[in-house]
Amino acid sequence: MSQKNRLQSGGRINRDQPMSFVYNGKNLQGFEGDTLASALLANGIDVVGRSFKYSRPRGIMAAGAEEPNAIMQLGSTEATQVPNVRATQQELFDGLVSGAVNGWPSVDTDLMSYVGKVGGKIMPPGFYYKTFMFPQNMWETYEKFIRKAAGLGRTSYETDPDLYDKVNQHCDVLVVGAGPAGLAAALTAARSGARVILADEQSEFGGSLLSSKETLDGAPADAWVSSTVDELGANKDVVLLPRSTVNGYHDHNFLTIHERCTDHIADKAPTGKARQRLHRVRAKWVVLATGAHERPLVFGNNDVPGCMVANAVSTYINRYGVVPGNELVLMTTNDGGYQAAFDWHEAGRKVIAIVDTRQSPKGACVAKAMDLGINVITGSAVIDVAGAKRVTGVSVAPISADGDMVTGSVTKLGADTVASSGGWSPVIHLAGHCGSRPVWNEEILGFLAGPTVEKRLTAGAANGEYTTAGAIAQGIEAAKTAIDALGKSAVDVVVPATEAIAQYPAMTLFHVPHVKRTALAPKQFVDYQNDVTAAGIELSCREGFESIEHVKRYTAMGFGTDQGKLGNINGMAITAKALGKTIPETGTTMFRPNYTPVTFGAIVGRDRGELFDPERFTAMHSWHVANGAKFEDVGQWKRPWYFPKAGETMQQSLDRECLATRESVGILDASTLGKIDIQGKDAREFLGRVYTNAWAKLAVGRCRYGLMCGEDGMVFDDGVTACLGDNHFIMTTTTGGAARVYEWLELYHQTEWPELEVYFNTVTDHWATMTISGPNSRKLIAELTDYDVSAENFGYMDWREMTVAGVPARVFRISFTGEMSFEINVQANFGLHVWEKLFEAGEKYNLTPYGTETMHILRAEKGFIIAGQDTDGSVHPYDLGMGWAVSQQKPFSFIGKRGMAREDCVRENRKQLVGLKTTDPNVVLPEGAQGVFDPKAPIPMPMVGHVTSSYWSANLGHSIAMGLVKGGLDRMGEKVYYPLADGRVIEAEICSPVFLDPAGERQNV
Amino acid sequence: MSETNSAVAIMNQVPGSDADVRGESPLHHVGLADITDQSNGDAGVVFSEAGLLGHLTLRCEPSSPLIAVAQTILGIALPLTPLTSVEQGDLVVRWIAPDEWLISLPNDQVFDLETRFRAEMNGHHSLVNGSGGMTVYKLRGRHVVDMLKKSTPVDLHDSEFPVGKVVSTVFAKSGAVIRRTGESEFELVVRRSFADYIWLWIQDASQEYGLAVAS
Amino acid sequence: MFHIYCPHCCEHREEEEFHVKGQAHIARPVDPEALSDEEWGNYLYFRKNPRGLHHELWVHNAGCRKFFNVTRDTVTYEIKEVYKVGEQPSVVSPADKV
Ligand SMILES: [Zn+2]
Repeated sequence: MSQKNRLQSGGRINRDQPMSFVYNGKNLQGFEGDTLASALLANGIDVVGRSFKYSRPRGIMAAGAEEPNAIMQLGSTEATQVPNVRATQQELFDGLVSGAVNGWPSVDTDLMSYVGKVGGKIMPPGFYYKTFMFPQNMWETYEKFIRKAAGLGRTSYETDPDLYDKVNQHCDVLVVGAGPAGLAAALTAARSGARVILADEQSEFGGSLLSSKETLDGAPADAWVSSTVDELGANKDVVLLPRSTVNGYHDHNFLTIHERCTDHIADKAPTGKARQRLHRVRAKWVVLATGAHERPLVFGNNDVPGCMVANAVSTYINRYGVVPGNELVLMTTNDGGYQAAFDWHEAGRKVIAIVDTRQSPKGACVAKAMDLGINVITGSAVIDVAGAKRVTGVSVAPISADGDMVTGSVTKLGADTVASSGGWSPVIHLAGHCGSRPVWNEEILGFLAGPTVEKRLTAGAANGEYTTAGAIAQGIEAAKTAIDALGKSAVDVVVPATEAIAQYPAMTLFHVPHVKRTALAPKQFVDYQNDVTAAGIELSCREGFESIEHVKRYTAMGFGTDQGKLGNINGMAITAKALGKTIPETGTTMFRPNYTPVTFGAIVGRDRGELFDPERFTAMHSWHVANGAKFEDVGQWKRPWYFPKAGETMQQSLDRECLATRESVGILDASTLGKIDIQGKDAREFLGRVYTNAWAKLAVGRCRYGLMCGEDGMVFDDGVTACLGDNHFIMTTTTGGAARVYEWLELYHQTEWPELEVYFNTVTDHWATMTISGPNSRKLIAELTDYDVSAENFGYMDWREMTVAGVPARVFRISFTGEMSFEINVQANFGLHVWEKLFEAGEKYNLTPYGTETMHILRAEKGFIIAGQDTDGSVHPYDLGMGWAVSQQKPFSFIGKRGMAREDCVRENRKQLVGLKTTDPNVVLPEGAQGVFDPKAPIPMPMVGHVTSSYWSANLGHSIAMGLVKGGLDRMGEKVYYPLADGRVIEAEICSPVFLDPAGERQNV
Repeated sequence: MSETNSAVAIMNQVPGSDADVRGESPLHHVGLADITDQSNGDAGVVFSEAGLLGHLTLRCEPSSPLIAVAQTILGIALPLTPLTSVEQGDLVVRWIAPDEWLISLPNDQVFDLETRFRAEMNGHHSLVNGSGGMTVYKLRGRHVVDMLKKSTPVDLHDSEFPVGKVVSTVFAKSGAVIRRTGESEFELVVRRSFADYIWLWIQDASQEYGLAVAS
Repeated sequence: MFHIYCPHCCEHREEEEFHVKGQAHIARPVDPEALSDEEWGNYLYFRKNPRGLHHELWVHNAGCRKFFNVTRDTVTYEIKEVYKVGEQPSVVSPADKV
């Protein structure tokens, strides 16, 4: 079988460049310039899929994005599998491998088809809801079978080998669609000096002109197209985007364009090239020149392969040199449909008849058909089609002038192709994405874009203007409107001369009557992809669905990957008729992004793998990596979690790190703590307002711990702030809270207290911070500095400036471990140097690096909280037993003071943070476990709070934990029980959270 | 403690040359010197890191008489027009916000500048050393704009983003201060902790244009 | 995706550079202790949710880090005006006019 439907000449394909491709395992040939659909039709492939519900054979209906049936699985390798590609939009390339997604085990013999034969009795509308949702627990079983049988395509099981890209674009005018209106708009805007983006979903610009036999200024239409495109291409402020579908229209003229950069070359992009690119466009003005989709008519068995929309027939003949059959019957409600028959005739194939639904059409088209000797049957319709896998004939009958009933006897005609035209529907999907409702236009029998607040214009067929000259004129007008609004002066573009053909009025007809009533007539399909029939819509209306949105959901009309581009208007018309309303009264469903499916690759872009989320590194990161650290994600930071030695379990590492720190000296990279430089004469006052404790008397050279609460009185961050100068402080925050605290300080300063003279600057990244902690920490630092670090000169909670390992440093005597600690801060450029020098000097002290896990254990041994772990936004300082950190004497009502005085915050029995000591010292409570006072209480047991922190303490030789317990601070010594999911109940005693050195004798030295 | 006894603490944070301390820029672990390729003339994007510079953030009300003092100390006019910058020799001053400028200069000149500001700026302002927390990426080449368009939502067209313009904005999933230093030359000030991520991003986004590393 | 004019940077920027901080013009009570729990609760938690004009506080967090106000139509998402902290809106719904 070699391209039996290919014409010897004509079309925009290159017959010198044959291309081999595979369809359902068969090797076939097409030509450069083909789409997969045109190549399939050239090869006489009739069946390209099975319908979703009835499993009926389906053929190619259309030639563009509106195609409902020819949905393909592409990919020559497992890794390059792509599902749900419309064959009408996929350019053919040599080596393309495709298969129908619908149809199991094959499109030609289908297990499910018996369902379709028996028909709607088995699967009426609402079928899925009515049948498969009950019993609900069986849905998974049903779904598996249905999905496999229906086949929705599949993604790859391997990693996508391709690159995808995203790019941000800005322009004065974005023109969507490069048909006559779009080209004219782009040309006008470009000549007027605007920055223009012109995007079109097809491989070539030109739109309808690519398959038209019209002349412009006496020359073939494509001559005007190429001269226009050439001029646009030479303009540096014009971006031309072919193969680029504008898929989403978002607020404030933000549009997304899905460009398929290399999908037409191979199923894997050339090395280094992005396969697809998502353009994120901010346009000052948008001109929608998106054209129109021809509506097929709804008639009996209108889904048998060989049924097509009329315009698609012309496109295949004129653009691709393919006649998709031998004997054509054309049914039309309008003059425009005649062109398909003329093109068919001219291609040398037989036009059996033109069936015109109008009673007595007159005019140029009818006359031309007569002249060509074509049988024109007026006042009639094709009411039924014969054939299963291909049309074999049609039933034609006279119909009433209003199209409501068959009025005479049926005539049968032989034919293998039925083209139908019910008029055109402007493509206004994008116009509706921001919420604008389409408006019905009686003159064009279609919806037009509704009013909008966006700077959006429409032109050409998208605006209901179907003549080429008219479309060009509207494109020019739209561009001028935009140019004027942009304050530029518009340059005139002359509309080329075209031959105008007078049109005889079209007939309003969507649903062709049958001799039987709809429910009993052969299936009349409205939405091909979801098998929605006219009878199904009528049934849903009888069942009480009156809103078009409900009918849509009940029947699944418009829910396919084609979103009902061909069927929606017909469906609305049938709904309107069934409800006894007009189409505008019935209304239309909302369009939402995306217009056509977008691959996940394009959405993800470059944000994958190591670029999925930023990884933030400290100045010592390379050392941690070289020394085998396991990392923990803290926000975006990579923090060492622990430093395992060969053969160690995690617990062994932690035990070793904990013991070494308490026995000699450990070191922590604390650089990730948030650091905010605060300067100004009111800095101290500001601190007093945002911290719960007092700052008025903190002396230069001293540090203080503080709690921050929200206005609700709940703790949200904590940290140490040091007084660097009378008007100068440095605040530390939690690692995760840094950005939030910084913004929060600015919020209060900018909106509440702008009169306070203070500036905040984030210096988190500027300082490398390393904390040495343990009884030998003083000896260690003393070896690296000339400064007197004795307790007398440099006491607990002091900070001093000194040189450490040759680097100027600020050293803070603060401790999160309860051990004697020195927190060394140096400019981060010198952090690694100091870190390494500490290890050189620290070897004799067994200086041990530790990570966040050991830090957590050591602080928990001391009962120090971690904001965000031991607090959850519902605990205030008193709940934490930290009333000592609240100063009620401060003159200013600090943030949180009023909040924590609310009735609920001062009541009895609030959850309070306490220590928990398990009765069995070897059992470690799971964090998050819920406690109860009476483990024998009936279920549901009253829960009294959860475990917030829990560890094995190697230093103490038993487990330690902290948790919230109702009234816990008054329950010291009492028992609390933690029933676990595995049936165990862990008993613990409520105790002070300070497990080690309650007097602070280890740190305050 | 000598320097901390006044209202504001400043410290010469740069080790003396006798201390034999090497500084490490945020990209030190990449070993840019080893992958520097001067011969790759075809590269569409050319990258280099200007690390270990001094960076100071000046905060001051634009209406304050201290602005004039600052200008005298700096020897150039502070850019008061939003999104503009000035450059003179080693000194660059970028507008960041109406009351904020980012000043870059050699790191060993930072302390002198801080000292002069503290001595001469009597009134409400702050000058904060952020030298360790930032680095500068220099980007040039005929595809530099194409690469940046993948990375930032800001409009980079010549008409909107002339030479000298500076913006603080989103860069990939991080942020950057972007300044145009020539027709096809840009400079990014990035935070130290994000430096590696942004470097990885630039490599990835430059792939189709070719990337060369310059010294 | 909004396109927002920052009154400090004096140009439009993409929404991803900004954070919305909720309803604008909620001043912190001068004397919190003088407020009843109910009054404090109103200050803390109760916010408008109008259909139509809404005054919102935004921050240009990836840019100049300045807070400012936006008058936005919650139906059309149009931004009617931006104005600095401390200034009053010029576009107000009839219901809000005093
Ligand atoms: Zn701004």
